[in-house]
Amino acid sequence: MRDAPDRPRASALIARLASFVLSLLLTFIGLTAVTFVIGRFMAVDPVLAKVGDRASQATYDAVRIEMGLDRPVYEQYLHYLQKVFTGDFGTSVITSHPIIQDLLHFFPATFELATIATVLGLLIGVPAGVAAAAFKGRWPDHVVGVVGLFGYSMPVFWLGLVGLFVFYGQLGWVGGPGRLDIVYDDVVTTRTGVLLIDSAIEGQWEIFRNAFSHLILPAVLLGYFSLAYIARMTRSFMIEQLSQEYVTAARIKGLSFWGAVWRHAFPNIMVPLITVIGLSYASLLEGAVLTETVFAWPGLGLYITRSLFNADMNAVLGGTLVVGAVFIGVNQLCDFLYKVFDPRLRTA
Amino acid sequence: MLHKLKYALVAGVMLGVMPNVHAATPADTLVIAKNIDDIITLDPAEAYELSGVEIVANLYDRIMRFEPSDISKIAPGVAESYTVSKDGKTLTFKIRKGLKFASGNPVTADDAAFSLQRVVKLNKNPAFLITQLGWTKDNVDKMVLAPDAQTLAITITEDFSPSLVLSLMSSVVGSVVEKKIAMEHNVADDLGNAWLKSNSAGSGSYSLKSWKANESVVMEGNANARGGAPKLARVVVRHVPEPAAQRLLIEKGDADIARDLTTDQITAIAANKSVVVTTIPQATLHYIGLNLNTPQFKNPKVVQALHYLVDYDGMANTFLKGGFKVHQSFWPSGFWASLDTNMYKFNPTKAKALLAEAGFPNGFDITMDARNSAPHTNIAQAIQSSMAQGGVKINIVAAEEKTVLTKYRARQHQMLLIDWGPDYMDPHTNADSFARNTDNSDKPKSKPLAWRNSWDIPEITKMTDAAVRERDEGKRKKMYLDLQAKVMADGPFIIMFQETKRVSERSNVKHFVMGPSSDVVYYNLTTK
Repeated sequence: MRDAPDRPRASALIARLASFVLSLLLTFIGLTAVTFVIGRFMAVDPVLAKVGDRASQATYDAVRIEMGLDRPVYEQYLHYLQKVFTGDFGTSVITSHPIIQDLLHFFPATFELATIATVLGLLIGVPAGVAAAAFKGRWPDHVVGVVGLFGYSMPVFWLGLVGLFVFYGQLGWVGGPGRLDIVYDDVVTTRTGVLLIDSAIEGQWEIFRNAFSHLILPAVLLGYFSLAYIARMTRSFMIEQLSQEYVTAARIKGLSFWGAVWRHAFPNIMVPLITVIGLSYASLLEGAVLTETVFAWPGLGLYITRSLFNADMNAVLGGTLVVGAVFIGVNQLCDFLYKVFDPRLRTA
Repeated sequence: MLHKLKYALVAGVMLGVMPNVHAATPADTLVIAKNIDDIITLDPAEAYELSGVEIVANLYDRIMRFEPSDISKIAPGVAESYTVSKDGKTLTFKIRKGLKFASGNPVTADDAAFSLQRVVKLNKNPAFLITQLGWTKDNVDKMVLAPDAQTLAITITEDFSPSLVLSLMSSVVGSVVEKKIAMEHNVADDLGNAWLKSNSAGSGSYSLKSWKANESVVMEGNANARGGAPKLARVVVRHVPEPAAQRLLIEKGDADIARDLTTDQITAIAANKSVVVTTIPQATLHYIGLNLNTPQFKNPKVVQALHYLVDYDGMANTFLKGGFKVHQSFWPSGFWASLDTNMYKFNPTKAKALLAEAGFPNGFDITMDARNSAPHTNIAQAIQSSMAQGGVKINIVAAEEKTVLTKYRARQHQMLLIDWGPDYMDPHTNADSFARNTDNSDKPKSKPLAWRNSWDIPEITKMTDAAVRERDEGKRKKMYLDLQAKVMADGPFIIMFQETKRVSERSNVKHFVMGPSSDVVYYNLTTK
């Protein structure tokens, strides 16, 4: 008897799971199809990246056939899909490694940077945005506005170089370009690829500290840009909520101003705020090419960009799938968090 | 548990933001900051990118080599001597006794023969260097022989000068790979290619510990190397794409050598006594290709006029100062048989007169493709400005290197600003491209620079072919000097500059050997 009510729930769960997997599959097929077609019509010859400019025509022709470029685009794409379904994403021209191996190497570097940056953006951006809304038109609002504007308008490339010059070059507070000092290269066994985690697992605190000192500046820089965005959106959401009658009612009932802000207004901005933070996090997880260039950070952004310039389509497609997966994953996480923070959605 | 995590996090943050004392680089390690994003493989039968060839030069010894101190002289490498048959078509090399690979196994003629055969059979990027000798997959096993452990005999079908063949043996394809190790990693008849992309099996000064794309190349000293173990036990070439970051690293002492500092940065660090800048002439030439299929360029007077509309000295003495010198012939200065006299100077008046005679008294509009990175963009802008003085209005189309090359190889450009470096140290390498075009049709077997600019030159092609066959060194030199003069006067190339590299080293770094090309950059003698 007990099982009876669970059956529809279980089948609903399976149906939802199936629909999720189907949407995931369709998204990936759509993403790869568009990327594949764009790649084939780019102004860069993919054979050039592989054989170089000096190779003889015979070598060039042989490689062109080897890469399957003599076949119709749809056939090339179907062949690619077929291989992907067997777990073969191909080999990168620019690194000579299987794409999966590359992605497992480059994505953790980006993940580490994006996560710390988002945590910083979140911890500072949300309170700053709330304060700006609470003190609308007064000095805290102006300060947050100016800081945010600065974050929006400064070129990341320039700010990165200035940051390096001051905090690494002059003050020596942080590590320089790269993820670690040379002496620590290859000391820690790669488990997750996230150096902070790998070094902590092995109890290599010296390396943990060194990795952190290299990470902190690019993370603060990216965190600053994400902070500017999060603070601005938080302010806007909060101003709207603070003008609602339920806030006035709470105040009339004797609740303090900050009590009304945090206990009544803030929970109501959580859902849109989660969307904003999720999008900001996902965009950082795509990789930040300019930041990665300045800080010699071997991340996903630099990898995809370099692959694109070399028409290394296997790598670009692999990178695209990761970016797609990141967006889908972050969306799912946001959906879950909506339900945690908004009781109305739990029964839906 | 949660508390522990919280404390660990707080401790981590505090440790991280605390002042971080930076030590100098480790005493036994040479740290080089360089942009190495061009490396796609470290297999000597496949590597043909500048950074890759440089690394390979330190991982593998070659059959012959060029001494960095005198680039016009070829020196013995794995081979201690050679003899040439009377007809000049068979070269017999005596392999040194007692040489060992990093693995400890002896270096034999069989390894050398395997290495050459492997290049031809794999047919990767640099294979053209030796397939031009007449070697094919089918005949190379008979043309390259190792009759005994100390003798390597190679026979060529083409009627080429032996000095050219020796130069080829000193290029990247002359690297000697250990046959045993390569064949242990032979997968699907790739002769170990997949494995050797990121591993080494050589007898050079170093062996490869790791190559992490977009990150670093780490090499460890080879105690078995000819001449003994290198002075520094480890070399780390760190990928630092941004020159400003390289400058910070060398000024802080976190790198021993920085390779890509810009002119501005070099000027700025001049006051820093802990950094020394060395200037080394390179073999790379920067030129503009003029596609003669462009209607305006059909008249040779227009091509002449454009040569007078480039302010060579103006550029070399201002924003290119110290990095480029004016050089207008196709074979770089400092090499055997180079023509060092320049024919053109900036002269808008003369150019205007020539354009008027050609029927363009008011000039014309034209597009010029160029790479979208420094110094190419700066050079393109300067050319745009000087050409405008003759009425030639240039529309610059800037793009990534591969996009520019794709267009160039399809000869779809009008003007195109680009650079060219020789493949080996013999003038034939450049003559073969600037002054040889055997088939000007749209589907040729090869696409030399003359073809790419639609320069149909049966007579000059014959001169080039004659020069490569000439066995009298004096006569051969004269032939290349004539060829260079002819291309300078009539060719569709505005050759402007020869590049100069500036290497920034910490003042304690000594004996870092850098020659005119990637083939001659040696780390093994460096001390600090």
